[in-house]
Amino acid sequence: MFNKILFALIAAIVALAYGLFLGGLSRKIMARLHGRKGPTVFQNFIDVWKLFRKRTAISHGVMFYLAPTFRFLGGVGTFLLVPIVFDSPYLSNFSFGGDLIVLIYFMVFGCLGMALGASESGHPHSAIAVTRGLSQMAGYELPFLIAVIGIAFANHTITFQGIIQAQQGGILHWNLFQYPFLSIAALISMLGMYMSYPFAVVMAPQEIAVGPPTEFSSEFLSFMFSGRSIFAVAKYLVFMNLLLGGATNLLEAFIKTFILFLWPLFITGVFPRFRLEQSVRFFWTYPVLIGLIDFIGIFITRS
Amino acid sequence: MADNKHFLNDKPEKLTYARVWEKFDNWARANSLWVVAYGTGCGSIEIPPMVTSRFDAERFGVNMVGTPRQADVLIISGYLAVKTLKRVIRVYEQMQSPKYVVALGACPINGGMYFDSYNTINLLDKYLPVDVWLTGCMPRPEAILSAFADLMKRIKEGRADGWKKYIDNLGEYRKNQEKIIKNWKMPNYNW
Repeated sequence: MFNKILFALIAAIVALAYGLFLGGLSRKIMARLHGRKGPTVFQNFIDVWKLFRKRTAISHGVMFYLAPTFRFLGGVGTFLLVPIVFDSPYLSNFSFGGDLIVLIYFMVFGCLGMALGASESGHPHSAIAVTRGLSQMAGYELPFLIAVIGIAFANHTITFQGIIQAQQGGILHWNLFQYPFLSIAALISMLGMYMSYPFAVVMAPQEIAVGPPTEFSSEFLSFMFSGRSIFAVAKYLVFMNLLLGGATNLLEAFIKTFILFLWPLFITGVFPRFRLEQSVRFFWTYPVLIGLIDFIGIFITRS
Repeated sequence: MADNKHFLNDKPEKLTYARVWEKFDNWARANSLWVVAYGTGCGSIEIPPMVTSRFDAERFGVNMVGTPRQADVLIISGYLAVKTLKRVIRVYEQMQSPKYVVALGACPINGGMYFDSYNTINLLDKYLPVDVWLTGCMPRPEAILSAFADLMKRIKEGRADGWKKYIDNLGEYRKNQEKIIKNWKMPNYNW
């Protein structure tokens, strides 16, 4: 057990570094798309360190302090639930029977904590952004739930280990090819989760400053930044395990998460922004209808 | 400047643990300057070309942020009206230390072409501590980038300490500010 905790901690630190690196890489790639040189790929490390060492003199109450902690713990907690390497004694983190259900709950934990804290800061931009964030969450959770429940029902399991087990034995056994419509629904809801560009109305630069964390500075922001990076990696791992057949070694995990990292990034690069009602309407129609094709098929054939 | 107790000595100091730590912090601060997107005068028109494709300030880690809470640098871009000065003071005091001020153009230095105007200030340093001056009317984006390079050099050397001066001499600065802003209806310090 001690070894397991130790490896999970090391994995969380590696995930933080990997997440920050991917963030820097996405800034570099976006700069190249704009025809700029762009910052170094390690820019996010520098930003996090600088923010961590800045002084702070603001207080808005207890929830204001707790919000970055919730965000960080939401990220780390999600990460610790998801197996990184299938059947590995050390790198499967703390996955257990029924972890899929806990995960669905835990993935919104950070956002809700953030919403409470950002609301307490009292800034009008924060209030607008929190409203938008929670509404949009209600939008993308629906296709995501259809995909997760569909996959769980098809494989007769609510554990990650079971879902990965069912996908072993060749690329065509992956859920991506077994249930393509569910996968499309999941991948579209992934765009909403990463707030990539057609659905970027929550942070909405040029409109409501920087979204929910408008009033957060220094160490608070540094914590949110790192929490978001770990959360991003955790979500790549979730989608890797659900759709791409998990990973049997560490290299495979890195390659598959990297491919998943490119998907929202290139969508971001070429799209303008939806308004809130447009994005929620989009999530509740197209991905839901596409996902339901497979969902109903599974119910008919399996029951 | 009479008050230079925060400046580094010229002779090389002994490298202690704390000193190395501070050097590393300063390096990180210099390479990640977040600028509050607030244009005070005509010079702010030179900022968009600086951050977009042509001159690309992001390659030096210079980023624009929409909120003073997260910003490190305040650019006073061009002439500063008394009305704007009040807002600038609010923005500056809401920023978290360490924070730096870059004064752009001739107007914050000596009033520029508005030197005899009834409602602009002539010397910014009386009201806020300025770390880097950049003259010109208007300075082009290359010049602004050179000002940023200068600021980065000063931060790395530990000499960009206007924020310390502001804290130490808050009374003096406040006296000057209240002299020119007639309807001073603000708290003692704008947290």
